[in-house]
Amino acid sequence: MDYALQQLLNALAFGAEYSLVALGLAVVFSIMGLVNFAHGEIIGVSAYSVFLAAALGLTSPVVAVLLAVAAAALAAVAFERVAFRPVRYAPTTTGLLTAFGVSIVVQNLFMLLISPKPQSVSILNGLNQMWFVGPFAVSSLQVMELIVSGLTILALVLFLNRSTLGLAIRAASRDFATVRLMGIKANRVIATAFAISGALAGIAAVFIIARRGSVSPDLGFSLVLKAFVACVIGGFGSLAGAAAGGMLLGFIEVGLLVALPQEYGGFKDALTYAIIVALLVYRPEGLLGQRVELGDKEI
Amino acid sequence: MLSVDNLVVRYGAVSAVRDLSLKVGRGELVALLGPNGAGKSSTINALTGLVTPASGRIVLDGQDISRVRTEDRIRAGLTSTPEGRHIFANLTVGENLRLGAATRRDPKGVRGDIDRFLALFPVLSERYGQAAGTLSGGEQQMLAISRSLMSRPKLLLLDEPSLGLAPKIVERIFDFIGELKREGLTLLVVEQNARQALRFADRVYVVSAGTLRYEGPPAELADEHGLFNLYIGG
Repeated sequence: MDYALQQLLNALAFGAEYSLVALGLAVVFSIMGLVNFAHGEIIGVSAYSVFLAAALGLTSPVVAVLLAVAAAALAAVAFERVAFRPVRYAPTTTGLLTAFGVSIVVQNLFMLLISPKPQSVSILNGLNQMWFVGPFAVSSLQVMELIVSGLTILALVLFLNRSTLGLAIRAASRDFATVRLMGIKANRVIATAFAISGALAGIAAVFIIARRGSVSPDLGFSLVLKAFVACVIGGFGSLAGAAAGGMLLGFIEVGLLVALPQEYGGFKDALTYAIIVALLVYRPEGLLGQRVELGDKEI
Repeated sequence: MLSVDNLVVRYGAVSAVRDLSLKVGRGELVALLGPNGAGKSSTINALTGLVTPASGRIVLDGQDISRVRTEDRIRAGLTSTPEGRHIFANLTVGENLRLGAATRRDPKGVRGDIDRFLALFPVLSERYGQAAGTLSGGEQQMLAISRSLMSRPKLLLLDEPSLGLAPKIVERIFDFIGELKREGLTLLVVEQNARQALRFADRVYVVSAGTLRYEGPPAELADEHGLFNLYIGG
């Protein structure tokens, strides 16, 4: 029982983290058609901001958490302003290559300015404790990750459904030109989407730092690949799909970890992707994706 | 209200609009007619700024808006109901109307305007919380025009409001357009359906192959049978 509960919590916590990062990718993709592979470096900027602040004498974990989220949101907006805005109306591949470029430049900046080696960050280690709930021992970090992710997604849903800017982001995911015809500034909609995307990455960064206790230049990259896969599972561009895809990916990974005998553990990733390929053969548009019909006069 | 001088729109090497000039006076309903591919929609898109003209000057209420961004043109009092309606299909009817008023800062006035359109088009009221994509073509057109009016424009551009709609619905939409004119709104209506457009038009422009072919009152256009048939069809 204890083991089953632990694994369920594991799956939920991994799933929640993938969902947060996948949602960040999906928010930007849905309105700009840009797969932002520099999303991992937004997590990186967030983590290194906390590392630097701690090195300069910051001791408050609360301030560190706020800093992580703010730095990520700012980094995302800055990436858009500097790198993506000039290529906004260029073909999709240009945006994709730009994202890879930003990713490489920022990773190398971490290496050159700080160090290629992992650096220890202990300021958030306090978040990672064992809690005893009745007879069960659970990781506080995983419980918090699940609750915080849930609340974050709830806040995002409220924002997208209630605020004018949120409605504009949803509308822009289908028809950006007409959103501009409503007098809504394109730059504001896009900057808001990037800020949201960044804030989600920042929240994920907090949990990553607390779990690892260290930062390294490639910290966010593999996570973004997983998030990309989550988006594909859920249906690219669909926000609900990204959240659901992230959760499903968490469950597939942990499920395989539990089901596979120890000596076959190395097959986990191969089997994960095999399951996803099978899923996509069955539903190429993803779980919640829609085949969007484009008008004959798209501007 | 609106004055366009020597407008040229090009897509690569292809000229869609060649040296077009037109004027719309305050309170007027002006019809811009012409066959498919005449450059009517390109003209509208140049007016809203969604396409950048190669040359020409666009003046709204004495202000040169040729270099102004789309969103700021809307804020200056011009708006457009695009061809094909372009309602936000994934948003509800109510959310569509709210977005139409995105530039306004008077929540009470916005609420009042929403109620007015819901009273005018009861079907929108019945479907207020439904995804707008589930509406019929005619209902979508009513929503699209209402959404445009939510910004309280000085000048409304209507691009093919009759497109793809049954004759009875077209009649109804144009009755509403006539109503808007009586209320004092200035309108520029682009149409292929000449009969409906001419019902309320004060003046008419006819374009073909990107060039102006006729300019004057609707009665004379109807008289000049050759022109009427050539560019618009019986």
